[in-house]
Amino acid sequence: MAEDQGNGLPSALRRRLLMGLAGLPAMALMPRTSFAAAPATAAVNTTGLAVTDTEVTVGVLHSLTGTMAISETGAQQAEKLAISQINDAGGVLGRKIKIVQEDGASDWPTFAEKAKKLLVNDHCAAVMGCWTSASRKAVLPVFEQYNGLLYYPTFYEGLEQSKNVFYTGQEATQQILASLDWIHKEKGAKTFFFIGSDYIWPRTSNKIARKHVENVLKGTVVGEEYFPLGHTQFNSVINKLKLKKPDVIFTDVVGGSNVAFYKQLKAAGIDLSKQLLLTISVTEDEIDGIGGDNIAGAYSCMKYFQSLKNPNNEKFVAAFHKMWGDKTVIGDVTQAAYLGPFLWKMAVEKAGSFDVDKVVAASPGLEFKEAPEGYVRIDPNHHLWSKTRVAKALPNGQFEVVYESPELIKPDPFPKGYQ
Amino acid sequence: MIRPASPSTVHDNPFMKPMEWVSLALLAAVIFLVLPLCLDAFRLNLAGKYLSYAFVALGLVICWGFGGILSLGQGVFFGLGGYCMAMYLKLEASSVENTKIQSTPGIPDFMDWNQITALPWFWKPFASLPFTLIAVIVVPALFAFVVGTAMFRRRVGGTYFAIITQAIAAILTILIVGQQGYTGGINGITDLRTLNGWDIRTDSAHNILYFVNGALLVACILFAQYVKRSKLGRILVAMRDKEDRVRFSGYSVAGFKTFAFCLAAVFAAIGGAMFTLQVGFMSPSFVGIVPSIEMVIYAAVGGRLSLFGAVWGTLLVNWAKTTFSESFPELWLFGLGGLFILVVLAFPNGLAGIYRTYVEPRLTRRAKAPESAPTALPHAAE
Repeated sequence: MAEDQGNGLPSALRRRLLMGLAGLPAMALMPRTSFAAAPATAAVNTTGLAVTDTEVTVGVLHSLTGTMAISETGAQQAEKLAISQINDAGGVLGRKIKIVQEDGASDWPTFAEKAKKLLVNDHCAAVMGCWTSASRKAVLPVFEQYNGLLYYPTFYEGLEQSKNVFYTGQEATQQILASLDWIHKEKGAKTFFFIGSDYIWPRTSNKIARKHVENVLKGTVVGEEYFPLGHTQFNSVINKLKLKKPDVIFTDVVGGSNVAFYKQLKAAGIDLSKQLLLTISVTEDEIDGIGGDNIAGAYSCMKYFQSLKNPNNEKFVAAFHKMWGDKTVIGDVTQAAYLGPFLWKMAVEKAGSFDVDKVVAASPGLEFKEAPEGYVRIDPNHHLWSKTRVAKALPNGQFEVVYESPELIKPDPFPKGYQ
Repeated sequence: MIRPASPSTVHDNPFMKPMEWVSLALLAAVIFLVLPLCLDAFRLNLAGKYLSYAFVALGLVICWGFGGILSLGQGVFFGLGGYCMAMYLKLEASSVENTKIQSTPGIPDFMDWNQITALPWFWKPFASLPFTLIAVIVVPALFAFVVGTAMFRRRVGGTYFAIITQAIAAILTILIVGQQGYTGGINGITDLRTLNGWDIRTDSAHNILYFVNGALLVACILFAQYVKRSKLGRILVAMRDKEDRVRFSGYSVAGFKTFAFCLAAVFAAIGGAMFTLQVGFMSPSFVGIVPSIEMVIYAAVGGRLSLFGAVWGTLLVNWAKTTFSESFPELWLFGLGGLFILVVLAFPNGLAGIYRTYVEPRLTRRAKAPESAPTALPHAAE
């Protein structure tokens, strides 16, 4: 026994020593485990993006000057709000987002130059930006060449799908078809008059609308007219409207032209509480310029309105007003721009990497349930599934939602039978 | 310093004065050595873009500085040259293979979006590179000739001419934007890829194009210098200062003016073509009134009487534009505006004026070269 005890003590010591020795490598591992929230930079960034242990750089590229500044301000503000909210919640893969902002100056070549700068010089992991189709077309080759990642917020004409772009606004069929169905069914509309600004988006949208009116609704298009961007004389077309008396005036006039159009419409005695008018280009931002009284009664078709009643939107509107002032209005594009940083964050975290290829691969199927518009899902074609809503303009500059599509509508940027 | 008056023969009138050779050497050193060595690929490509605007400023020096014809529509010629080149590049990029998702493969994408199903007739010749290169020069020259002849024959000059050129710039922009099925509309012609099979989007291609651009610019400067020192150049200056005397002496004023205008147009067009190659697209935002006036500002900042000043002015203004806008994205336009006001108020003859007043006299004194008489500062035209 004594011998045994004598032998036992050292063996117990040895065991403890061995355990301690075995624990050493484990202790060496311990500091690693405390960094689990922020995986090593080398692992999450294999393509030389601007990612450090604590920061990741994201570009914001909108017009701060020039004619588009008034429209793009909201989008840019929403992106900054989203990024600050993400940072407050701990960032992306444990890294705070650092913003590099550039001014596209309402000039398409400048957009291309700045996009290249953001990708080549600043190595931005993602860029939130652009508003007009023209600016997107200008930067698209740059993003494709340097394998960048762009989140584009505006509702647009479709006919495009790039590996390097996510489209957080609606493409034309999502926006148009449901609203035409609604106005046909609810208001019995049969005849339509199209009025648009003369560039690719209104022309493509009207082409889709015309096919739908003629082939699906069996109605007629009694007129289709286009005006240059910035045009302010609509009296001749207003006379034609009085002559043809269409059931619905369908408009996609953009920017400052809207102000002249609705004022002249009112001055000519066309009362929008009696005459149906459906627009796909007027958000709360535009009404700010048009004046609520001038457009009250018109129907607008968008996926988002500031007046939407849901908890997500109430939080979003409150946060937006807190950051940018109570007087700011929030339009469709502003909300779509707000989605970009969150969709990117979710994709990065799902992929466990900032690498553009991995983020792109992780994106399809992602659902964002906290979106102010309700919830959205990324389709493999890089557009979002979203609801379409029709709302009536009120004299106070807000909208009252009168129709909401029951389900999310699938994005279809290359619609068969509408081209 | 004072040279006895001697009959101006060609022998007495060297191609360039020593100081001008120095200026040229300095400019060439900056373009071909300093910038390529100091700048990374992205910034060098930007510098190449700026230098393509310098062609326009150079043309303006001849037309406005020497000839006294202020054109506020040089964007038209820049655009024509650029569009000719863009049409060629777009056709090459729109191969059936690249455009197979379209309803009509093989035509440019914007035509497909606008329900055009066949290539328009005026696009067809631009499938050929030699035709395109000729068109880059000939189309703007012809257009300038028609405009110039129509105006100058009727003795439209000064402010009226400036207004008409501006109207032409506006008309052409509206035409391009309105005919989007044929021109790409407000988006312009985008996504250009290869020049005769050579990918122009790579860094090495940008480098090569930068040097081609620089060489062309120097060649244009030398040609402009040749015009300046020739009898023709002197008639231009004479015309600017006393048009009636030149006319009464039996010269066809309209002819000389048209020539200067056409030459400026050709320079602008070469710049436009080089711009398209380096930037990879062309849009109506280079054709309109605003860019045309901006181009006049380049020449004004550089000094409208100096060929070299025009190039420096273009570089300075564009560099300031890029730097200000990167550092102060929300305030940069104020900085740029301030720069213009400063130049116009303090240095009406631009950078070249500063050089001539302050730098050159000292250099000349130090060099003590008997041949380098002080350059007579021509009177401001307007």
